[in-house]
Amino acid sequence: MTKTLVIYLMAMPDAPELAEAAVEAGADIVEFGFPFSDPLADGPVIRRAGERALAAGMRTGRCLEVLAETRARVSVPLVVMTYASIFDAHGWERLETEAREAGATSLIVVDLPADERPELRRVQLVAPTSTDERLKLAAAHTDGWLYLVTVTGTTGARTELAPTLAPLAERARAVTDVQLYAGFGISTPEHARAAAELVDGIVVGSRAVEAAEAGTAELARFVGSLRGALDALAVA
Amino acid sequence: MTSTRTYGAYGGRYVPETLIPALDELEHAWAELREDDSFHAELHHLLTTYAGRPTPLTRVERFAPDQRMYLKREDLMHTGAHKLNNALGQAVIAQRLGKKRIIAETGAGQHGVATATVCARFGLECIVYMGSEDIRRQAPNVERMNLLGAEVRPVEFGTRTLKEATSEAIRDWIANVETTYYLIGSCVGPAPYPEIVRELQRVIGREAREQIQQIEGRLPDTVVACVGGGSNAIGMFYDFIPDADVRLIGVEAAGAASLGTGRPGVLHGARSSLLADEDGQIMDAHSISAGLDYPGVGPEHAQLRDSGRAEYVPCTDDEALASFHRLCETEGIVPALESSHALARALDCGDELVVVCLSGRGDKDLAEVRNHESDSSLSA
Repeated sequence: MTKTLVIYLMAMPDAPELAEAAVEAGADIVEFGFPFSDPLADGPVIRRAGERALAAGMRTGRCLEVLAETRARVSVPLVVMTYASIFDAHGWERLETEAREAGATSLIVVDLPADERPELRRVQLVAPTSTDERLKLAAAHTDGWLYLVTVTGTTGARTELAPTLAPLAERARAVTDVQLYAGFGISTPEHARAAAELVDGIVVGSRAVEAAEAGTAELARFVGSLRGALDALAVA
Repeated sequence: MTSTRTYGAYGGRYVPETLIPALDELEHAWAELREDDSFHAELHHLLTTYAGRPTPLTRVERFAPDQRMYLKREDLMHTGAHKLNNALGQAVIAQRLGKKRIIAETGAGQHGVATATVCARFGLECIVYMGSEDIRRQAPNVERMNLLGAEVRPVEFGTRTLKEATSEAIRDWIANVETTYYLIGSCVGPAPYPEIVRELQRVIGREAREQIQQIEGRLPDTVVACVGGGSNAIGMFYDFIPDADVRLIGVEAAGAASLGTGRPGVLHGARSSLLADEDGQIMDAHSISAGLDYPGVGPEHAQLRDSGRAEYVPCTDDEALASFHRLCETEGIVPALESSHALARALDCGDELVVVCLSGRGDKDLAEVRNHESDSSLSA
């Protein structure tokens, strides 16, 4: 079965063109980051991208506009990824409604574990530290797929695929049938291929943000290299 | 009394999933320890033989000639501030959990010094995150932390103050959660931290309440404490909360009034009252005092404000400086700039019998006071 490729982009005025380029190059899902001033789960690359987005005026209202512009260009699922403070300020139900109206197919709230506000339908994250009980809880509440955080740590490129992914994927498989996509620390075609042997899809964030900063051509080239690695795996 | 994760609409555990098992572990350990006589005995022994408790209550007749004002002298604690009450208690908890690596955030450096102190005392590795702006204005405390064997890691982005130092400490904790205990310095953060810190700081108010009754034969009219994250204030207030006639006043820096001018939001793991814009982006705080220079506050203070049980009032940098000098000159006590905010509002609260938490001593602030005053005289 073909593995799913999820690409993270920060909400910026040029995000619609970038998303279109990523999808044409083989991204199956685009995560759309709404920036937050204090992103606890993010390493330096996404933190700095968030600082630039805020400096460029990417507040919630503007992020929703750019999301709608992106939806007009691509037909793949778009998942809004942000922090609890953004929802709390805008209104939890209101932001969920407005994000879906603007074209979001789901949501990720990085600092909202499964037992906080379970009524908000979203993709749940689990980590190597999650107990089997927490894996079951997250799987039971998740929206479509379960996000496996490969590392005990923040977002950002690593030199090697984390050895913690394999046991986490195995434990998650044992408790749920939902699709498992792995992210955090996956930054090269080699990582993508190694991770995809363990799970149904992969998420690439920090390295995609860096590629996007270099423009649509570089992003397309990078996404294409990931797509190639995943497709080679499907054929093999 | 039962544990709680929320304080009305505030509190909670707004953290990445990676940290939840560690918070669960801490919650279970804390639920056992708080009922464990041996834990309380160990802590009491440390507080009395190492930290210098109980701290005295000092009448300040020359500072406040028109009132009967008393200072609860947390400045006389070992390390010079109330922060050690919390650091000692959490170090004992960390030991019971078997954690050998301790991380902390610090603003004024008082919590960093307290944490470095307990880590030296117990032989634990200690890493303190501190904004580079705070490193500049609180240099003596940086030297003390180094002397005590701690590693001070500067945080060079954003506001370069306590907010970013706290975010970096939490990022470290996310990456090292299996080996590391996060020794948080105030009654903020995800549950169960606000409750743990309150319970460890309650000794301030418990002692003060007994002492004032022994001296004056009655409860005070008013209790005053400064509020940054709010740990000395919650510790001072807590045992007075059932005393409905005792007025509780928390004093915020005017440029960092999370309770006075803030709005509900989520920061560093908890929902509370914050300095944030209408989109939930956290704003910069401004205070001459590094310990109050924080855009958030403990969730229990937000609840006390909403219920009306405590009132929260602002104090400007200049008002705090005036009280700082007045206490130095009239009583021979050099207060921390943080505590000087409480002194200013205690003087003009209009009440007769007042107890103020003098949360720390001001040696660390001398250079900052001089800098501020030479800037003011240049611009005057």
